[in-house]
Amino acid sequence: MGEDNGLQGKLMTAAEAVDKFIPDGAQLALGGFTVSRNPMALAREIIRARRKDLYVVCHSHGQAMDILIGAGCVSRLEIAYGGTGRFAPTCIRFRKAVQQGTIQIEDYSNYHMSLRFLAGAMSLPFMATKSGLETDLVRKEGFDPADRGQGKVPSKKLALAENPFNGPGDKVILLPALNPDVTILHAQYVGEDGTVRIKGLTFADLEQARASDRVIVTCEHIVPRNFIRQDPDQNSLPAFLVDAVVPLKWGAHPTACHYFYDYDPRHLKLYGDKAQSDDGFQEYLEKWVLEPESHEDYLDRIGVKDLLRIKADPVLGYAKGLDRR
Amino acid sequence: MSAYTMKEMMALAAGRLVNNGDVLFAGTGLSMLAATVAKRVHAPDATVFFETGGIDPSLEELPLAVADPRVMSGTALNSGLIEAFSILSHRRLRSIAFLGAAQIDPFGNINSTVLGGYPKPKVRFPGSGGACDAASLAYGVILFMQHEKRRFVEELDYFTSPGWLKGGDSRKKAGFTRGGPLAVVTNLGIMKFAEVTKRMYLAEVYPGVSPDQVADNTGFDIDISRAAMAQEPTEAELSILREQVDPQRLILG
Repeated sequence: MGEDNGLQGKLMTAAEAVDKFIPDGAQLALGGFTVSRNPMALAREIIRARRKDLYVVCHSHGQAMDILIGAGCVSRLEIAYGGTGRFAPTCIRFRKAVQQGTIQIEDYSNYHMSLRFLAGAMSLPFMATKSGLETDLVRKEGFDPADRGQGKVPSKKLALAENPFNGPGDKVILLPALNPDVTILHAQYVGEDGTVRIKGLTFADLEQARASDRVIVTCEHIVPRNFIRQDPDQNSLPAFLVDAVVPLKWGAHPTACHYFYDYDPRHLKLYGDKAQSDDGFQEYLEKWVLEPESHEDYLDRIGVKDLLRIKADPVLGYAKGLDRR
Repeated sequence: MSAYTMKEMMALAAGRLVNNGDVLFAGTGLSMLAATVAKRVHAPDATVFFETGGIDPSLEELPLAVADPRVMSGTALNSGLIEAFSILSHRRLRSIAFLGAAQIDPFGNINSTVLGGYPKPKVRFPGSGGACDAASLAYGVILFMQHEKRRFVEELDYFTSPGWLKGGDSRKKAGFTRGGPLAVVTNLGIMKFAEVTKRMYLAEVYPGVSPDQVADNTGFDIDISRAAMAQEPTEAELSILREQVDPQRLILG
């Protein structure tokens, strides 16, 4: 058995990963879902690096998507849902950007987006579904027709077809595959061999990662090879699919990371209040994204009390009895 | 009979529509309460699952979002979206989805995307999420709505998720193999859909609500001639809802 050096050349800082793999204009798939496992520390780094014209693709997204849009990093979005539950039933900066027309948006459903990632992962040009027949998801388009077929923008939003095995009347929707430039996701563990382990729900993170040219994984812990290899049934992605590994404890804060910490109700509420106005959002960015000199400095500002408040019960996976009002 | 709030009535009214053994696709808010309370009151063999991939969580604490870590805890299985939507559309399962929306039309088609034009709307909502998928693929759908004229409209600003389309057999003709909305639970009563035309009618009004009040708050013609009186919440239902399901009143308010 040879020594593997799965992490060699891959272990890097958030700034290095953004610099190396996320250029302006990149098509970026976001891991996580609304209030869980958003790659927040990396999103903050993308903002600090002042990335522009990102083309974000996701199913249901929340905090990372909203803050990237608010900071002006995103010009194009394909999405199924923008919200963080009761903290922001509709993501606030997302809502403003769409209403003001400052980003181009195309709506799909969660299954649509998941199937599009799956198609990309399987190197298929499209995937078929019956979900959405006759609806405006099929009939209305958000992107400027002039942009169709340019860069990563699909030549059509979707297409209708008849089931070739059955014939007229049996309609299906064909959804174009997604092959993003880069997927960013937050995991609980990465082994010293580079193997990724996501605990709890994986959402569409694995399809996204397999569909992308590049994958950046931020993680709570780098763990010994023998730990990650002891129970391979638990593992999510092999090392060779991952281009960068960035150890960032509490890297999903203020969203949840199963078995490590809950979502932070106080911080999400603070964000929700600030995000209501342009000035407030700018203040939020200054204090929580631009001024902190490091991820540790950010956590310092959150404070030990709030971090302990949301620390997960190691059995339940969330903070039992957390005041979420 | 003790006093109860409209949210409590709605959660219980929707919960009563659940059959024991159903596979329940729950969303956030009231649907989480309806599914959880049904399981604890009369449908212990119903299974709750979430589009995010959490299947049969213990729900010791109420999740506030479908990606809440509480939907991953005590589950039979944690998976992902592809798996969850496959279960939703499995032809052998009586999968019932709970959905809410900003607008609904006479055939139970719903809008959760925008008010005004698209893509640059007057008001942007979160979007389909899994709603269009559930409305397209589940065995049946139970909808939650605030009963207001501006929400019960002849024509949707944006048609996010399919109900009975244009009524009659239009859903089947469009290529859907099953599904369709079973009921709409509002703050005034329960609407259902006529067997042949598939047009919405008033099936039950809550105690203290008149059928005319429902007609007055509906932005299209609605048949109120068949309205029965809904059964008030029982003490047992209320105590389970308040003490076991949402003791922090996170959703009940």
